[in-house]
Amino acid sequence: MVDLNTYLVIGALLFSLGIFGVITRRNGVAVLMGVELILNAANVNFVAFARFGGMDLSGHIFSLFVIILAAAEAAVALAIILNIYNNMGTINIDEADQLKQ
Amino acid sequence: MVNYGIAILLLPLMAFVVQIFIGKRLPRNGDWVSVSAVALTLCLSLAMFGVMLVKYDPEFSVDETWTWFDLGSLQVQIGILIDNVTVVMLLVVSLVSTLVHVYSTAYMEGDLRYSRYFAFLSLFTFSMNGIVLANNLLGIYIFWELVGLSSYLLIGHWFEKDSASDAAKKAFLVNRVGDIGMFIGIMLFFTATGSFLFRDVFAGVESGLLSTEILTVAGLCLFAGAIGKSAQFPLHVWLPDAMEGPTPVSALIHAATMVAAGVYLSFRLFPIFTPTALTVIAYIGGFTAIFAAIIAVTQNDIKKVLAYSTVSQLGYMILAVGVGAYTYGLFHLVTHAAFKAGLFLCSGSVIHAMHYAYHELHDHESDPQDMRNMGGMRDKMKTTFLTMLICTVALSGVPFTSGFLSKDAILAGTLSFTLHHPEHFLLVLFGFGAALLTAFYMFRLIFMTFYGEPVRREVYDNIHESPSAMTAPLVTLATLSFFLFFTLPYFNPFSDHGWFTVLIDSRDSVVPGHLNLTAHEIAEGMHHAHTPAMLLSILIAFSGIGLAVFMYLQKRISADHIAAKLSLPYKLSLNKFFVDETYQRYLINPSLILARMIAFFDWEIYDKYIVNGFGKVTEWFSRVVGIRWDYDILDQQIVDGVGRTTGFFSARLRLIQTGKVQNYLVWVLAGVIMIYVFQAI
Repeated sequence: MVDLNTYLVIGALLFSLGIFGVITRRNGVAVLMGVELILNAANVNFVAFARFGGMDLSGHIFSLFVIILAAAEAAVALAIILNIYNNMGTINIDEADQLKQ
Repeated sequence: MVNYGIAILLLPLMAFVVQIFIGKRLPRNGDWVSVSAVALTLCLSLAMFGVMLVKYDPEFSVDETWTWFDLGSLQVQIGILIDNVTVVMLLVVSLVSTLVHVYSTAYMEGDLRYSRYFAFLSLFTFSMNGIVLANNLLGIYIFWELVGLSSYLLIGHWFEKDSASDAAKKAFLVNRVGDIGMFIGIMLFFTATGSFLFRDVFAGVESGLLSTEILTVAGLCLFAGAIGKSAQFPLHVWLPDAMEGPTPVSALIHAATMVAAGVYLSFRLFPIFTPTALTVIAYIGGFTAIFAAIIAVTQNDIKKVLAYSTVSQLGYMILAVGVGAYTYGLFHLVTHAAFKAGLFLCSGSVIHAMHYAYHELHDHESDPQDMRNMGGMRDKMKTTFLTMLICTVALSGVPFTSGFLSKDAILAGTLSFTLHHPEHFLLVLFGFGAALLTAFYMFRLIFMTFYGEPVRREVYDNIHESPSAMTAPLVTLATLSFFLFFTLPYFNPFSDHGWFTVLIDSRDSVVPGHLNLTAHEIAEGMHHAHTPAMLLSILIAFSGIGLAVFMYLQKRISADHIAAKLSLPYKLSLNKFFVDETYQRYLINPSLILARMIAFFDWEIYDKYIVNGFGKVTEWFSRVVGIRWDYDILDQQIVDGVGRTTGFFSARLRLIQTGKVQNYLVWVLAGVIMIYVFQAI
């Protein structure tokens, strides 16, 4: 029988992978994918706690919300990346360092 | 009553403000503003006077006090005191002032600074009313200076003439000498009693807060103010020079009211004078009376005669205060105000006519004030002649006139004083001698001006009576010179009992130790001395007049002959006893030399070496401080050092800011991990 710890470990792994992707990738789209991984790690945890933590359906509801939010976020983020590309001719986010100025 | 007093005080002030700011733009240069303001004060004064007569209460007195400012332990209070004396004085001031205002509308017609003149007349009226209404020494002092100022401004009205501006300065400075004494006196009383109010000062003196010696000194200091303002010897020199002002000003300020302020002050403060102080006062007054009378005998300028006559009469009033008959001093002040103002206005009328005549003949050389150029004017100027004659008779002390009543009472007081203290016999000689001379020089003036043959026919032909705005005041003042107005309700011209003597009650001295005679004793003594003094003064007045008739009307005795025989006294009198020259030589010139020496020291030594030296030292010091210390050390090292240090660290720290979002994220992550780690620990 699979227990809670397995889910949590999988969630942590997913989270770490997501962070790794967000920090190391230069491609904007890849960064976005890392963010999705982080969100999904959170989803796994929500569902796992809902299943084993004695909670009712609120965990499932929350993960549904997160999935919808992720979709919206992806749309907005892709629009931003598209704009970066239009402005700079690249989607390499190392180039987008105007914050420095 | 207090409201009336405030209205009387403020009306002329409002007129002054209006005149000085917009007077020139008003129709008729705004003279009607001043005239109507003082006429209103006259109405109010008459109303107060009526109330006083209806009440007929010698004790009547309203005293209202306000705190002016309060500095904890020091509380300065001012206020208004209205008693019978105030009411009478207000009436005198406003009456003479109104008449002079009316007279001036004609006399000053066409003058360059017409509205300014009226503004200052109103300012004067305001200040004089202030002196009369004040219930405290400080208030009197303030208004005292204000009358001095307006007197200065009016004497110097024609300041294009050097003599006028000099006379104005002289009047101001000589008055200042007395005022300094007065200020010291006020401060002495204030330090001792802690108050400026008359009633507090009197109460303080009565309870012995000042020793007799200090009281004498303080009283004499206060009296110094009166010496200056009332032109008593040795500070009398400014008054004759003040005749440079327009004649109506002389009538108002230098005959009737301002110069009488000193007498009024002495009157108010009589209860605090010690016997020693009173003796000094009596001698100053008596000596001034005879001294000025001697000078008046030989003067040829019509206004100078009147000026010295005023000095002499003021001496009488001061003498009356000194011998204790001080209510009669005030009585003489009131009667004198009427006939002396009348005399001045008459002389103004004469001068006006002479001036006009010379002007017609294009003669700008002859002096319109010199009596030797006049003569025979009685046919041409009937009103002026008659009114002047009446006023002269009153001044000479002929029975049936007001002057007889008051002068007679003063002489009776002097006689009674001398009977008590035979060692002061000089005072009686001064008093009666001055009376003789007064009658003589006044009739000399009348005969030289109005009788005899005109000196120049063509001038005489051009003489005209003055307009009615000028003659109406003359008639009013001449009418007031009869006894009836002062003896009512009695009709006896030889009795000095009337509303005045009943309502103006003399008070006992508050000097501790019963050193002074009480008011009752003085009145008793005067009652006994009254008949001999009266007979003597009538005799003396008529002999003075007779002498003048002999010498100047019938010319049985030649004046020149006597002058040649008595050449030394004649010269002394003609040159006013060389008082001015003495002052010039022994006071003014040494002070000028001293001033020049001080100026030399100040400019050549102090300025050049000490002041400039200070500048040089400061410059050197500032260079050291500014360049070495401030710029090199403070600016370069400390201030810039702070900047440099900040720049150094910020150059290092700014490397963290890459602008790359991912780097920031790493820092955030590191931060979160740290938080967890620390929480775990």
